Amino acid sequence: MADHSPGDPQQHAHPGAKEYLAIAVILTVITAVEVAIFYIPRMHPVLVPSLLTLSALKFSLVAMFYMHLKFDNRLFSWLFVVPMGLAAAVILALMKLFGVF
Amino acid sequence: MAAVDLAAHAAPHEEHPTSTGLSSRKLVFWAFLGSECMFFGSLIATYLVYRGRDQVGPHPHDIFAIPFTSFSAFVLLMSSLTMVLALAAIQRGNQRQGAIWIAATALLGMTFVGGQCYEFTEFFYKGLTLQTNLFGCTFFVLTGFHGTHVTVGVIWLWTLFTLAVRGKLPQGKALDVEIAGLYWHFVDVVWIAIFTLVYLIQ
Repeated sequence: MADHSPGDPQQHAHPGAKEYLAIAVILTVITAVEVAIFYIPRMHPVLVPSLLTLSALKFSLVAMFYMHLKFDNRLFSWLFVVPMGLAAAVILALMKLFGVF
Repeated sequence: MAAVDLAAHAAPHEEHPTSTGLSSRKLVFWAFLGSECMFFGSLIATYLVYRGRDQVGPHPHDIFAIPFTSFSAFVLLMSSLTMVLALAAIQRGNQRQGAIWIAATALLGMTFVGGQCYEFTEFFYKGLTLQTNLFGCTFFVLTGFHGTHVTVGVIWLWTLFTLAVRGKLPQGKALDVEIAGLYWHFVDVVWIAIFTLVYLIQ
């Protein structure tokens, strides 16, 4: 059930099957591009930033459209995004601490 | 398709008798997913920190089969599509269609887990175990915990399927499916991160 409080301007109806299908096609294309980048030697100098960008795009699409964060109350987004940012900070801090970069 | 769209857009807006006007169950579940971010964040950090520090093989480039893992990633992405379609069907009160999409999601999840079991077996025969080296230890712990999450999700989905088949998943219980869907999509986004950070960026 769409979980909304009436009159809340932050909330909208969930998308329909067409939109869900379109997102699935985009996700598939991005995955194919990721694998192509992995196999094309000329792309190797930009491998890491390209793959990280595409991965972040896929992550955002699933979270916004399939998990409905784009349409639901912003409190749900904060509950997810803040720990995710914290986790990313922990990963970067540990990598720096252990001399990965 | 048009009928599906219309019904999905017309999903009823439910008011919850809480101070926020939001479902407490959904709120708590999002907080749980936040804690799961930290959990998988720590496992990914451990993998990345110890990557490339092994004195003995096998190393990632010796054993990873990217085409196979790409197919697994595609399967899990498609399971997210079937999951939202299941939710849309239950929100319309169509339990039969909801059951079909839930079963499809569970089967795709089982395909993913089956693929992971096959991959783990292959790695074992190529000499990679939990005790072999740092790569083996951190890789199996990270992907093993993810696979366990998928397995829990599959059991959850078959439970919902049974309820839907028995007619016990009406429109009023769509929140049950939505919460299961949130869990399933979370497992999917974690794999998106693992696929890139572990498999593609070696």
